[in-house]
Amino acid sequence: MSASAAAIAADVRAGTRTARAVVEEHLAAIDAREDEIHAFNLVTADAALARADDLDRRIAAGEDPGPLAGVPVALKDNICTRGVPTTCSSRILDAWRPPYDATVVERLGAAGAVAIGKTNCDEFAMGSSTENSAFGPTRNPLDTSRVPGGSSGGSAAAVAAGFAPLALGSDTGGSIRQPAALCGTVGVKPTYGRVSRYGLVAFGSSLDQIGPLAASVTDAALVLEAIGGHDPRDSTSIPEPSPDLTGVLGGGVDGLRIGIIDELMGEGVEGIAADVKARVEEAAAALSAAGAAVEHVSVPSTVYGLSAYYLVAPAEASSNLARFDGVRFGLRVDADTAAAMNTATRTAGFGDEVKRRIMLGTYALSAGYYDAYYGKSQKVRTLIQEDFGRAYETYDLLLSPTAPTTAFPLGDKTGDPMLMYLNDVCTIPSNLAGHPSMSVPFGTGDDGLPIGVQVLAPALDEATMFRAAAVLEEAAP
Amino acid sequence: MSDGMGERVSDAIVPGWEVVIGLEVHAELATATKLFSTARNEFGGDPNTNVDPVSLGLPGSLPVLNEKAVELAIRVGLALDCEIGRSVFARKNYFYPDMPKDFQISQYELPINGRGHLELPDGRTVGIERAHLEEDTGKSTHVGGGGRIHEAGHSLVDYNRAGVPLIEIVGAPDLRGPEDARAYVAELRAILVAIGASDGKMEEGSMRVDCNVSVRREGAAEFGTRCEIKNINSLRSLGRAIEYEARRQVDLIEAGEAVQQQTRHWNEDEGRTHTLRSKEEAYDYRYFPEPDLVPVDPSDEWIDEIRATLPALPRERRHRLAEAAGVDTAAAALTVERGMDDLAVDAIAAGADAARVLVHVDNNLADGAGRLTADAFAALVAMEVGGDLTATQAKTVLADLVASGGDPAAHAATHGFEAMDTGELESLVDRLIADHPDDWAGFVGGDDKERKKKSGFFVGQVMKATQGQADGRIVNELLERRAAGG
Repeated sequence: MSASAAAIAADVRAGTRTARAVVEEHLAAIDAREDEIHAFNLVTADAALARADDLDRRIAAGEDPGPLAGVPVALKDNICTRGVPTTCSSRILDAWRPPYDATVVERLGAAGAVAIGKTNCDEFAMGSSTENSAFGPTRNPLDTSRVPGGSSGGSAAAVAAGFAPLALGSDTGGSIRQPAALCGTVGVKPTYGRVSRYGLVAFGSSLDQIGPLAASVTDAALVLEAIGGHDPRDSTSIPEPSPDLTGVLGGGVDGLRIGIIDELMGEGVEGIAADVKARVEEAAAALSAAGAAVEHVSVPSTVYGLSAYYLVAPAEASSNLARFDGVRFGLRVDADTAAAMNTATRTAGFGDEVKRRIMLGTYALSAGYYDAYYGKSQKVRTLIQEDFGRAYETYDLLLSPTAPTTAFPLGDKTGDPMLMYLNDVCTIPSNLAGHPSMSVPFGTGDDGLPIGVQVLAPALDEATMFRAAAVLEEAAP
Repeated sequence: MSDGMGERVSDAIVPGWEVVIGLEVHAELATATKLFSTARNEFGGDPNTNVDPVSLGLPGSLPVLNEKAVELAIRVGLALDCEIGRSVFARKNYFYPDMPKDFQISQYELPINGRGHLELPDGRTVGIERAHLEEDTGKSTHVGGGGRIHEAGHSLVDYNRAGVPLIEIVGAPDLRGPEDARAYVAELRAILVAIGASDGKMEEGSMRVDCNVSVRREGAAEFGTRCEIKNINSLRSLGRAIEYEARRQVDLIEAGEAVQQQTRHWNEDEGRTHTLRSKEEAYDYRYFPEPDLVPVDPSDEWIDEIRATLPALPRERRHRLAEAAGVDTAAAALTVERGMDDLAVDAIAAGADAARVLVHVDNNLADGAGRLTADAFAALVAMEVGGDLTATQAKTVLADLVASGGDPAAHAATHGFEAMDTGELESLVDRLIADHPDDWAGFVGGDDKERKKKSGFFVGQVMKATQGQADGRIVNELLERRAAGG
């Protein structure tokens, strides 16, 4: 793996290394292994080199391009990039070029970062293995017979393979944290509203958040500082400045109260592997050794999270994905009437999982079913928020596994959607509550593949979450 | 539903049947930019020039609420005495090429304006059920196949209108005939224009009316099954469509059939409605709260600030003039509609006869008051009432005052208008009586109708002889006196 983002930016800003050299080095890494991994839908090599040269000129002229000067960053392919194809790994958007940059892309640019390419993902971010991409699966760089997780599997794989020190993903039910865990990287889902969604192609609007994937806690903090903060173009954006994270990372956990969520350790949800539980207990012990008071706590309604999520997210998706109708952009399959053209386009353009979720969501919102499905899921959501609220009266942070198992073989779960959905059982509650949480690598499983521990925090308290993450990173075996 | 309309006898289209009408009016709000983006809100313009990623529903774009649109919606709510409160945007999901996101952002369970009411010129009130904010769609042009989407060769879509802010004002089923419906729409339009919420131009589509019509036998307590009529583009077609639809429904029931709940399309050229879709084919809009927007909860302070900037509304102006003139609000309506109520109230305050003032406004000032001042108006009416000017002369002088202002006495002098000597007039009347004995006999001995006819004849003869200088009122008095033997 290459040098950290923090180290690269320090060298580039000091003029001891050129941005061009950094970008060339990463392009060489991509050349060496991309055929095998397929982390990217598109590598924007020429644009990245031109951007690096521009940065180098500015630095030579005495300018400071910012805290991410010269650092290559890989962008999940559902984040809009001006003039650069943004496909969501779907045929329906094949070759669509947005006329604008997402807010996060603008902000990374303003911090001096270099966009190096668009990463593969499950189609429209719907999946947990990156096998639902219209352009073929991404493989886990640590064992190419295994999946990288998903839906931000390309971003996680790009960081794990050393293709880019930093990547952005999006997380609707665990799509940053679960692949981060499976690829052995850090992955952060910020508080809902912390990072602007302007320019993120929507999946579940009330759940979606953009966040960083990085090789270290410090690097993830740098990215979140750069992309966070209020954006008037997103009405759900929180009117707060971006939090100071790098300044508090060394704060430790002495005196913090931390609860391990019983239900997510197998006393409520099924399928949490023994080696995963063992690593979480070891992580808890490490936090305890660093001065935190750690104990087990029940957050009962978390067990209903998965069921509620698979109503809320598809319902919103069924509406969000209606606009892919062949009229204004992307794929069009011609037919005799407008309605027939819509149907033909959507039939040809969407993959099976996307169609499944549109059907689910349409049904959940239908007259006569709304109260029983969408209405009830909203009540469960409120319950989960209340349960977390109660837990945070006692605890500063909560702890759980990120994913039930280590990376699984390709094809292992594609035949059974329910089995695939269970991958997100530990990550979904944070999305439903709108709270921040992150995955930190902590040792490996019996198969030698990485395991992630999830740190959960109350809304807007990313700072405390990052302090604990830094302790875990330091203590990790 | 309001209780103000209950007593009225409907202007029956089919005797024995009552028509029940409820209107849904969409008005485009007069903002500079769209409801959820900074693209311009402007009528006309080349197709697809007033667009941006939000107007086109591009992936990744997000709506941001236009505060000015909320303010205008609150103005509407205040003007219609609505309950104004916390509101939530909702998505109304259906596929149509001119709707960029294939859902419309509207308000469903919690509209910004709840129940209110509107007062018609004659003083009756019509209930308002809600007045909510929503975005407009684009416009489709179907090329070939007679302009209908099903037969078109291809369709063109212009998204300039997509995302323009609309207020949808849902009226209660309180209206009972085409006249009611037209009066309601005219009053609503006057209110929207007065408060600066909309330009109210039906011909440019900035105000659109959907009409729910049902019929029931007079005296029946239950409403009949209703049909919703779309594509009504003028007050005239509104009346025609209601008449057609009411007759159609009565015919069906009288033929022993049932009215089916339907959405129907008004065809202006054919003068009839066609089935657009039945209840079974109605869309399931799958409404749910719009997750990309936060609830709107206007503070009492803000609402009060907006209230303080509202101008006097048409109904307040009618009441003020009616009180000043000693007439009912219906008699004051036209003066208010012409925006001459301040002039009339001031002229009356300056001593003018109120009835004459309103007659002049209604009959002689259709093209505006020009340079006419309240004082000159009062002086003119005083001359007329005092017998210094005949009605015809007063009309001439009034036209001068409108055109060039100034003093009525001076204009009268310029025309050489002088009051006729009563003695002169008496001998003229006596001579006419003598010259036309048959007509005189008709006047003296005829019924009311005949008497009126003959009085008209003699007045006309006098006017002819005096070239309009005589005062018709005085001629009538003379005729009455002679007939009574005086």
